[in-house]
Amino acid sequence: MTTLAVTGRSPVSIGRRWAAPAAFVVLGLIDLLFFGHYAHHGDATLAFSQPFAKVTVPNLSLPGRETAYAMGAASLALAVVRGFELGKVVRRVTIGLVLFFFVIALLCWAYAGSTNTFNVINQFQGTLADSIPLILGVLAGCLCERSGVINIAIEGQLLLGAFAGAIFASAFGVLWLGVIAGSVAGGLVGLLLGVFAITYLVDQIILGVVLNVFVSGLTGYLYDKVLIPYANTLNSPSTYLPIKIPLLGDIPIIGPVFFDSTLFLYLTYILVAAVQLGLFRTAWGLRVRAVGEHPAAADTVGISVRLTRYRNVILAGLIAGIGGAFLTIGSVGSFGKDMSSGKGYIALAAMIFGRWTPLGGVGAALLFGFTFELQSILSTIQVPIASYFLLMVPYVATIIAVAGLVGQVRAPAADGQPYVKA
Amino acid sequence: MSEPPPAPAAPPESTPAEPQARPKGSFARAVLDAVIEGNSVVVTILAIITAMVLGGLLIAFTNSTVLEAWGRFFADPGHAIAQAWGTASGAYVAIFEGSIFNPHTVASLFHQKSMSVALKDGTVSAVFDPLSETAVSATPLILAGLSVAIAFRAGLFNIGGQSQFIGGAILATWLGFGVSMPPVIHPIVCVLGGFAGGAVLGWAVGFLKARTGAHEVIVTIMVNYVMAYLLSYLLSKPSLLEKAGSNGNLISPDIAGDAHLPLLFGTHLRINAGFLVALACAAGVWWLMSRSTLGFEFRTVGANPNAARSAGMSVTRSWILVMLIAGGLAGLAGSSVIQGTDFSLNFQSYGTYGIDAITVALLGRARPGGVVWAALLYGALHAGAPLMQTSTGVPVDIVQVIQALIVMFVAAPPLVRAIFRLREARASGTGQVLSKGWNS
Repeated sequence: MTTLAVTGRSPVSIGRRWAAPAAFVVLGLIDLLFFGHYAHHGDATLAFSQPFAKVTVPNLSLPGRETAYAMGAASLALAVVRGFELGKVVRRVTIGLVLFFFVIALLCWAYAGSTNTFNVINQFQGTLADSIPLILGVLAGCLCERSGVINIAIEGQLLLGAFAGAIFASAFGVLWLGVIAGSVAGGLVGLLLGVFAITYLVDQIILGVVLNVFVSGLTGYLYDKVLIPYANTLNSPSTYLPIKIPLLGDIPIIGPVFFDSTLFLYLTYILVAAVQLGLFRTAWGLRVRAVGEHPAAADTVGISVRLTRYRNVILAGLIAGIGGAFLTIGSVGSFGKDMSSGKGYIALAAMIFGRWTPLGGVGAALLFGFTFELQSILSTIQVPIASYFLLMVPYVATIIAVAGLVGQVRAPAADGQPYVKA
Repeated sequence: MSEPPPAPAAPPESTPAEPQARPKGSFARAVLDAVIEGNSVVVTILAIITAMVLGGLLIAFTNSTVLEAWGRFFADPGHAIAQAWGTASGAYVAIFEGSIFNPHTVASLFHQKSMSVALKDGTVSAVFDPLSETAVSATPLILAGLSVAIAFRAGLFNIGGQSQFIGGAILATWLGFGVSMPPVIHPIVCVLGGFAGGAVLGWAVGFLKARTGAHEVIVTIMVNYVMAYLLSYLLSKPSLLEKAGSNGNLISPDIAGDAHLPLLFGTHLRINAGFLVALACAAGVWWLMSRSTLGFEFRTVGANPNAARSAGMSVTRSWILVMLIAGGLAGLAGSSVIQGTDFSLNFQSYGTYGIDAITVALLGRARPGGVVWAALLYGALHAGAPLMQTSTGVPVDIVQVIQALIVMFVAAPPLVRAIFRLREARASGTGQVLSKGWNS
């Protein structure tokens, strides 16, 4: 089966060499011909501090049209540079720069001559908040798939986590109980995934989709039947308030973005570090990856494939469930039907984008979170841009990624294949 | 536990499809074997029963009257059980009345003075209305289900039903209101447009897989979102698909009357030619997969791509072609909804067809006949659900729960065998879709 993918992929290698320079040229031309050409006269103002901050950073005013032209020119120059053979790090830096230029040009176009200012702090705070469920979903995906079980049920784990989080936090009036309940709910979906995938050898992709349908139906049913009639007791939880970390939280720009948030963000930091180090720096992680790459070999050296997979699938559910709880008690409070709204699928995409590594996936999740936040901020100032196109960005980016244009993407070798002991 | 709609399940072809190792013997012996070992038909029926029982339990134990009765279980166990039974069966009876046959309509038929009056004022139609609604609900499910099924047979998992549905619906709608054509030609052109709209998207997915190895599951999920946003965009631009004066409601103009699919049994019943199109497509897919060289290649590629390549078949060509056809079928589902019942497109027209199609294809074991039966079953559940909600207060979402449970049990025959203590099958004829990973 693997040979298939290899033979299928060979024609791309030539195309891939020119894909990045071509993309740079396209983005540079958009900067020049669209953002630059159509920008109003006047300055675009970026703000770097929030009202009432202890230390304020002055606003930055950029001449809109000229800046956009400069960004476009810089992107085209990078396209030329990219045409040469470059090291891995330099290649990544060029991609980052071109994307950065693109965003700056976009903002110059949107805000030039406007009385509104674009608040960078709000943008990054929103990015992190939007990314929390995605990041936790990515971690869940990595834990599962590194052990060889495909986890499409992230969506269902988020949704059931959100549901349980809202109910428990609301009914008992204790927020941390909501987090635990959400986590356990996600773990239950994980257990279900494990039972069907590992014990009953059901096709894991199909199973994940069906589990999502099941959770969506179940929560939708219970929402109508139970949560609406008893909304006051069961579906009106309070929400976590931001906790400012002393000292760190007062650093200009960095402080309000990274150290002035709810419990969930800090929990996310810890979990990201734990999963990344656990998978790649511990004996446990080595065993997990062995099970995901070559279960028969792992079995031979005495690792229990089933046990490892069950443990990881449930652990993944527990983590995704926390992400679900964030959707209710971490942000809006009450539960709504299908409120995970595809975030689980985006997390799955982010994980693949990040090549099945927690850190890569976190990067992709942040990128997706950034575009969502940018879209929602831009939609409030009524720019004449079709915000629908901005919403498409993460999905199109993922298609490009899996089509191999950003580099080879390869899943763990035994991902999705049930293991039957010979 | 309940009164399910009578025997709608049993995909008929799946029995002759697994002839291996079935001992020659009397018919009775074969039936006995099937029941004891649980062949695919029996497992399917048992899966449906199990799912409906679980759904019934959920209905019963989320009902306050039932819970109250069970609170006093030890004082009056009979009452508690009767309450639970009554609630669950009440919901299923309502689904039955909304989707198959409602005795009240017949009663009112007998109150009419004469048959001609009854025909005229729609009391006769009322008797057949539930069946008509079932067929209407089943039409897009058959088409989208065939789309998933045909891809399954070639070893591909098409989650992109939603995007292909949107693609088909967009073209069918645009051809429906933007272009004027003679009456008979118009609906046909719209239907063909629907096929083309879906086929393009399916082709793109197959092409990406063939050329770059991009996994179709990821690509289709992503394309679903892209198309949903594209649809909203098109519906927000007056120069494109927005209805004049809709004030950002994201809805298209109505398609022309002559682009509607013709109704089959008069104006009182919504059943339309789309149902016939769906059945014809099922027959077409059956012919393609079972009788044509192309279908043989598809199946070979699905069963073992390496063997197919060794035999001189082009695996990549099969992937591209099968996704093209699959996309077209899902696009037809879109056109059947637009031209058959809705007559205009809105930003949520795609509903849950993409996901429902997967459950239909799995229950139908990826065979055209099975898909038709499965779509009729789910169509009946969908058609009956609104009546259930209004008459018994059970939310329609229960249908989705039952649908998912059925598929989970169908996909795990060993679990069903364990529940019903069936013997292990001699020839494992129930394993249907091969498990495979992202790298394949």
